[in-house]
Amino acid sequence: MIASIAWRNLWRNKLRSLIIIAAVVVGILGGVGSDGFMEGMVDQRVNTAIANELSNIQLHQPDFLLNNEINYTIPNPDQYIEVANQMPEVKGASKRIICGAMASTATAATSVLICGVIPEQEKKVTGIYKKVISGNYLNDEQRIPVVVGKKLADKLELNLNSKLIVTLADSSGTITYGAFIVVGMYQTSNNLYDESHIFVRINDLGKLAGITGQVHEIAISLFDNKQTSLVFNKLSSSFKQQIDNKSIDMRTWEQLEPLLKSMIEMTAFFSYLFLIIILIALAFAIINTMTMAILERKREIGMLMAIGMTRGKIFTMIMLETLFLAIVGGLVGLLMSYGLVEYYAHYGLDFGSMGSGMSYIGYDSIVYFKVTDGFYLASFILVAITAVLSSISPSIKALKLNPVDAIRELN
Amino acid sequence: MSIIQINNLHKTYTDTKVPVKAVNGISLSIEEGEFTAIVGPSGSGKTTFLNLMGGLDTPTEGDILIGGKNIKDLNSRQLIDFRLHHIGFVFQSYNLIPVLTAIENVAFIMELQGIPKKERHQIAMELLKKTGLEGKENYRPGELSGGQQQRVSVARALASKPKFILADEPTANLDSASTEDLLNMMAELNKSENMTFIFSTHDKRVMDKARRIVTIDDGKVVSDV
Repeated sequence: MIASIAWRNLWRNKLRSLIIIAAVVVGILGGVGSDGFMEGMVDQRVNTAIANELSNIQLHQPDFLLNNEINYTIPNPDQYIEVANQMPEVKGASKRIICGAMASTATAATSVLICGVIPEQEKKVTGIYKKVISGNYLNDEQRIPVVVGKKLADKLELNLNSKLIVTLADSSGTITYGAFIVVGMYQTSNNLYDESHIFVRINDLGKLAGITGQVHEIAISLFDNKQTSLVFNKLSSSFKQQIDNKSIDMRTWEQLEPLLKSMIEMTAFFSYLFLIIILIALAFAIINTMTMAILERKREIGMLMAIGMTRGKIFTMIMLETLFLAIVGGLVGLLMSYGLVEYYAHYGLDFGSMGSGMSYIGYDSIVYFKVTDGFYLASFILVAITAVLSSISPSIKALKLNPVDAIRELN
Repeated sequence: MSIIQINNLHKTYTDTKVPVKAVNGISLSIEEGEFTAIVGPSGSGKTTFLNLMGGLDTPTEGDILIGGKNIKDLNSRQLIDFRLHHIGFVFQSYNLIPVLTAIENVAFIMELQGIPKKERHQIAMELLKKTGLEGKENYRPGELSGGQQQRVSVARALASKPKFILADEPTANLDSASTEDLLNMMAELNKSENMTFIFSTHDKRVMDKARRIVTIDDGKVVSDV
């Protein structure tokens, strides 16, 4: 009956209870909504990085990541491709030559990273071919083709079929250059990437750099990013000998770009921090409301003590009242947050004119919200904890009541 | 048989500028089945005396033995339990729980005592019937008249099967007809259940019904007839 009294007490002052419920709803909407936005933004960034830039796992000659020296190539690269492709989790594996180079036209020049790829292999690993906005992606029919980012094309004033001169140091250290024909332009959500990465066929680059048949990088893409660790471990045991004798070095995308991993952790941290700040503010509102409710019912509580209700039961009654408020607000808040997140997960939040600024830091201009089930659950639990903690002060106030004083007030 | 034995009871309030002796050496014995009125002018100490008897306040000096047990020896937790099982309270302002119906108000005290739901429902129904509230079981206090609310209050006090019922000015907020009804009902319960009633009152009509009148002034018993 104590729970029943607590529940009914809530509705003695409907307006006041509804205001607190509304505050909880708005608090949860704010917390979950901001998490949906931040998590969605970071998730998109990570997915884009994996899909277009990094892939899930990469293999290199151990010194290559420290110094992109052209001669740090992977011996017998096909054995790794073969093993990786046999795994059911693997979507594709691609060989790459990566060189720092100077790209120039008649009007301008800039430094770029030139990626030599096997087009059909690369299509299974990265999605750059899907991002081609004019012309075509690389194929075997074209003559010394290059696919450049739209941003780079604008910078170097390149058009389709323009000639791009690439200058680099070959395997002997001699400065060499080659001319490539622009066959396509791509555009991702990361302007910096688009401005600095160009794609050519691996054989064309191999010949130019004097490392025909050799590769610097093997990129492995998975069907599901969650299986990265599993596949990494499987590959580690398959390639144990090569790793031990330092023929290769294998890394996940998290190890290649620790900043992305930190971003995910930071986002989670800030989401919880934001939620906790909201809940602290909410706690003061709850404490204030419940204290008012207790002061108004001073006589009644005194009478309950007089007739034999223990302090523990009075404490429980007040705590339950607060908890019910929070649970009602929490459930409505979660339901509305779910609706909001689902809406923006489907249609996205378009930043319009601000979008171009966002693409300079690698983010899409349309953010698709994402909230994990864990965050919904954690929000609800945190609201409940806030309610319990907020009930302590009003309960103590109630417990300090002297039944004699209360009765004196009564009579 | 004496159910309340009070010996040389004193209560001095020291939280005021000048210490106030609200109860100043009362000794009294109350037998089972009595219908006693504690009377006296305002400030005479009758409410303090009632609070001390009800274990709501602690005496500065003296003993209160209820059923042979000195309640001065009980700690606050034991006192709450003692009040719950041995003393019934009727307040001037009824003091029912406004969100509960009449039957729930009566049953609530039995829930605190740990009586099973079915049994407490049955007892509450019987008590409401005895107090003339049959048909009003599911009314909330706000839907009942003052007299009816006080009847629920008496039913609630009876529900805990107390040794005695303390009623502090129970008719102060009632009109003549309701007062008459309530007093008749309590007198009937006193007779039929042998329930001991102790009132504090100013009301002449209550005094007329009482079989014993203890007059207090300046914290002392000045007459006991």
